[in-house]
Amino acid sequence: MKLHEYYSKRIFSEYGIPIPPGELAKTPAEAQKIAKKIGFPVVVKSQVLVGGRGKAGGIRVAKSGPETKKHAEDILALTIKGLPVRMVLVDKAADIQTEIYLGITNDRAARTPVIMASAAGGVDIEEVAQKNPEKIIKCHIDPLMGLQSYQSRDLAAGIDLPREQWRAFGKIAHGLWQAYQGSDATLAEINPLVITGDGELLAVDGKMVLDDNALFRHPDLEELRDLDVDQEAEIRAREHGLSFIKLDGDIGCMVNGAGLAMTTMDIIKLFGGEPANFLDIGGGASADKVAAALEIILSDPSVKAVLFNIFGGITRCDLVARGILEALDEVKTDVPMVVRLVGTNAAEGRQLLKDAQMETADTLAEAAQMAVAAASGQ
Amino acid sequence: MSILVNKNTRLLVQGITGQEGLFHTDKMVSYGTNVVAGVTPGKGGEWVLNGKIPVFDSVKIAKNATGANATIIFVPARFAADAMFEAADAEMELIICITEGVPVSDMMRVRNYLDQKGVRLVGPNCPGLLTPGEAKVGIIPGNIAIPGNIGVVSRSGTLTYEVLYALKNLGMGVSTCVGIGGDPINGTNFIDTLEMFQEDDDTDKIVLIGEIGGTDEEQAAEYISDHVSKPVAGFIAGRSAPPGKRMGHAGAIVQGGTGLAEDKIKALEAAGVMMAQHPEEIPGLL
Repeated sequence: MKLHEYYSKRIFSEYGIPIPPGELAKTPAEAQKIAKKIGFPVVVKSQVLVGGRGKAGGIRVAKSGPETKKHAEDILALTIKGLPVRMVLVDKAADIQTEIYLGITNDRAARTPVIMASAAGGVDIEEVAQKNPEKIIKCHIDPLMGLQSYQSRDLAAGIDLPREQWRAFGKIAHGLWQAYQGSDATLAEINPLVITGDGELLAVDGKMVLDDNALFRHPDLEELRDLDVDQEAEIRAREHGLSFIKLDGDIGCMVNGAGLAMTTMDIIKLFGGEPANFLDIGGGASADKVAAALEIILSDPSVKAVLFNIFGGITRCDLVARGILEALDEVKTDVPMVVRLVGTNAAEGRQLLKDAQMETADTLAEAAQMAVAAASGQ
Repeated sequence: MSILVNKNTRLLVQGITGQEGLFHTDKMVSYGTNVVAGVTPGKGGEWVLNGKIPVFDSVKIAKNATGANATIIFVPARFAADAMFEAADAEMELIICITEGVPVSDMMRVRNYLDQKGVRLVGPNCPGLLTPGEAKVGIIPGNIAIPGNIGVVSRSGTLTYEVLYALKNLGMGVSTCVGIGGDPINGTNFIDTLEMFQEDDDTDKIVLIGEIGGTDEEQAAEYISDHVSKPVAGFIAGRSAPPGKRMGHAGAIVQGGTGLAEDKIKALEAAGVMMAQHPEEIPGLL
């Protein structure tokens, strides 16, 4: 789950990282009031969970109250990369001399977090990583020991930070590590971390991504989830404990297990079709879960056929078949369906479906071809 | 022979009195797995499955009382790290963690600690292990595989069952099936398992099932070309998955141009692995 800039910085600040004074506004009038309180110049920043806000006109400097109001009005009317701007952060503008990058993420291959710094801050760090990887200094953090002071000194020296700033930089690096650990983040990033004209270090922009699996430890953060970034169907699926991702094709898929769900999408494509979604109903496919999943799939008007692919291991196929039939009682539809049931009690399950005049398939390849044919109206 | 689990496995079940734990213990016992004890803190002294299996308060007590040499974990995600630490400190040789949804920060601590202790972990978020005819340690349905000479290693669950079932339908049997799990940080990986299969006298052929995300398959490819002389067939799920979306498994996500299915397929093909276009092709390749 991604956190907005204003909240990421608020967390950073709780861990002792200096941030510019600023507050969140939902209306132009609020923005103007905040600006007057903190003093000019200010930066009015759109709070949307996408990159490239500056280029889209979503970040503007204002030198007066009326100008702040005008900028806030314009920005709040924007839609950036499909996301409506619902709030702006009004920050005191910093006197920026130098821009640094500082971030922590997980290095999957090394199985530890890694802290990275670069003197080339303020720009897209992934671009730096691709073009000039030597400009990024990295240190792996032992998850049992935490960030050590010498590591932050190594980073500071590595990016040629003036020695008089090492101490302040070290405090920020440790604050960032504690924020990362304390929030169960998978990314915590200050970009840019600026050196001001007075020689102070200041986190001007911040970004955090949290581990969805750890949100049970952070119910306060879970409440901040920005539902604009998810499709409506994905939100509904989450409520039913389903894993769903909308895709661009016309064959809806309902599968048990993530790997098998991906494979089902792949095989549809292999036989010339296009999957409309990824959907993993998980274990124990009960009738109400199947019904909810079917409703979500059929709410997409581009779906022309639905493929069920259920491997009954612990899950019994006859129960799944009953679930499908019950679901079809609730969700009336003319969309053709192809069902493949394999494994425990598959024969009984298939018979139930045949009695209800539903198309069934034995192999995955056969099922995919039938679904592709059905979607193209054959 | 086989790898990791067999007739001599004396299994402990952590979380045995929970719904999942009890259900799967019953299935494992029915299969013939030697389940010697269970652990649920606060329920020591009770018995489950009609008085067949004793429950203890801690892994250490259970191990001392029963001589368990492997443990399987079914506890909820928020308690899983503690359960793995407890098993490691009780010096269990093999830990299998079925639990799904363990925070990645917990797994990094667990993995680093277990490495220091020299304890082998399989999982988390995995279906466990099956040595057909000898031991089922996990949730893989016992009836979809028969004993044989093919070693199977996979990051997935039901997709693995699909492959086992396809093999069985053609009368092809399995030495051991290892589900290593779909999380970004796990215990035993492809390379560890390939090494064991290469050394195992009962394994003549290997099936490797991977998916998008991370670079484990690429590393496995490199290992295969240097160290594996037995024939390997493979399949990678997620060719049609769009980047930036997490496909169910926490580990199955394509990020920053790495983790693509095409790259994994290319690397494995270059290492001489026979790649299937879909899982039902695998038996034919062997």
